Amino acid sequence: MEQLTILLIVIPLMVAPITALIPSEKVTWLLTLIVCLISLGISCYILYEVIDGSHVIYELGGWRPPWGIEYKIDSLNAFVALIVSAIGCLSCLFAYRSVPDEIEEKMIPLFYAAFQLCLLGLLGIALTGDIFNLFVFLEISSLSSYALISMGKNRKALTAAFSYLILGTIGATFFLIGVGFLFAASGSLNTADIANRFDTFKDMQLVETALIFMIMGIALKAAIFPLHSWLPNAYSQAPSTVGIFLSATATKVSIYVLLRILFDLYPIDYWVDMLLPQIMLSLGCVAVIYGSYRAWQQTEMKRLLAFSSVAQIGYIVIGFSLVNQLGLTAAILHLFNHALIKSTLFIGAGIILYRTNTTELGNLRGLGKDMPWTFAAITLAGLSLIGVPGTVGFVTKWYLLEAAVEKGMWIVVITIVLGSALAIGYVWKIVENLYFRSKRKVRIQDVPSGDSAIAKTPRTMSSALWIGALLCIFFGLNTELSFEAASSAAAAMLKQ
Amino acid sequence: MANDLILRVITKWLSPIIILFALYVQFHGDYSPGGGFQAGVIFSSAILLYSLTYGLDAALQLIPEYILRIGASLGVLIYGGVGVASMILGGNFLNYSVLGSTPVAGQHLGIIIIELGVGITVASVMVLLFFTFARRVAPE
Repeated sequence: MEQLTILLIVIPLMVAPITALIPSEKVTWLLTLIVCLISLGISCYILYEVIDGSHVIYELGGWRPPWGIEYKIDSLNAFVALIVSAIGCLSCLFAYRSVPDEIEEKMIPLFYAAFQLCLLGLLGIALTGDIFNLFVFLEISSLSSYALISMGKNRKALTAAFSYLILGTIGATFFLIGVGFLFAASGSLNTADIANRFDTFKDMQLVETALIFMIMGIALKAAIFPLHSWLPNAYSQAPSTVGIFLSATATKVSIYVLLRILFDLYPIDYWVDMLLPQIMLSLGCVAVIYGSYRAWQQTEMKRLLAFSSVAQIGYIVIGFSLVNQLGLTAAILHLFNHALIKSTLFIGAGIILYRTNTTELGNLRGLGKDMPWTFAAITLAGLSLIGVPGTVGFVTKWYLLEAAVEKGMWIVVITIVLGSALAIGYVWKIVENLYFRSKRKVRIQDVPSGDSAIAKTPRTMSSALWIGALLCIFFGLNTELSFEAASSAAAAMLKQ
Repeated sequence: MANDLILRVITKWLSPIIILFALYVQFHGDYSPGGGFQAGVIFSSAILLYSLTYGLDAALQLIPEYILRIGASLGVLIYGGVGVASMILGGNFLNYSVLGSTPVAGQHLGIIIIELGVGITVASVMVLLFFTFARRVAPE
């Protein structure tokens, strides 16, 4: 049983270098899919094991913590690992036809190898209980995602990847400085050990500085307003598959790290006294309004979705800044729900890009009538993004509102309502252009003659899209499963 | 620089010594400062020196790019393979103690193989990086 947890990391680690050497796009794709499916299976099993509040502990290399690296898995770890591997499967399904279309043939094995390494890094962050090990996995996932983003079709992808590289490295450096300070103060890198002995060194100035450094670094990686500037370009210029995978997982995993630092590493009273919740609450509110407004301004579908991510991250920040059971539950739930919604929407955008070679909304007028099923799924996911009852978006917004009312934060209630109204605006923009505008001859660019790509959506892509869309509805109606995982994680963090 | 006699002779003399030193740093890494990373970089510097003196084509003949790619992956596989081997032998991932007859012998063997993996990957990637950038300059 314990050995299974490390397999989540060992399998991609061993398969990725093999993948890089196989010169066949089909085989490398199959290997990646198998890795993703195995990860999904294992993380489902682990979540099932720990959902009752127990732990799975794995000591790497047989060294006892706090000296060795320890993986201590509770329901939050398993929940995040489940999100990452599930989205990995979805994007891998989508990749089958999209990757040969967007990536040079001889780069495909390297693409899949980098994809697996990115998966490995994100899973590693989700599982480890050692902050330096966490930094290492953060770097593995970041470095591979820079490479993945730079493989985008458009040359702008290079500048997007480069600015992400610079900002991401600054973020990671800040995080490392924070870890170093904390290590200097505490003499330990093990999360549980630091938390246990916190009282012995909490008066040191260094501890406070470490917290600020770590929060700054992770906030950059999580694209929390105002540190989000790398996100829209990176996600809209990346290859579709990477856009789907990263938009749904990378920022979520960073938020998870932030939750761990705030709720597990440091005592809650420590940073509540520092006015951090108030600061983050206001940043979250601004992020919701600003992200939604900017999304509404966009004329290109992927950029619109990327800005909407900034807003949705705002909701998550609001959720945990309220520091109560409901708010934290909503934040953790939204990690899952938003991953689902945003990956579905990015899959939709990817299908449109595959068929028409453009995601400029002005060029897509009337396209919804040509691809009604794709369009229907995009609308479903769009409705979830707004938070219509019966979809996953509603569930989190409801709990978030309840949490805000419980704390008497009426400004937050107003923000959430306003953000939802703006979300209606930008989702409507997609719907209007795709369906209600008079049909215009679609401008098709760069399609070689005799190419049948435009004629129909490949089955793998539409099945990925519909799996996503149906899951949005399924988890919207059947909230027990995700809610139970989220609330047990939240309760564990608040130590109730 | 291919016509400079002094450079050519010195490079020929120096390259084996650099490689020998790299191997020393590699295999003495568990007793003294050193290890796979440093050894890999030192090893690659010998090939870098060779290709600076004799040109990129000669260096590519010496060590073709596909071998470097295989090397880069192989090192990671060796590293992971040790971990997997220790899992198969009943320990945790990367628990070298189960590799040998006694824990001390196992730890010894484990770290040497791990460092070898690191060394191979670092050397290959360093040379690959150099080749990748050097190729961007148009040949004269």
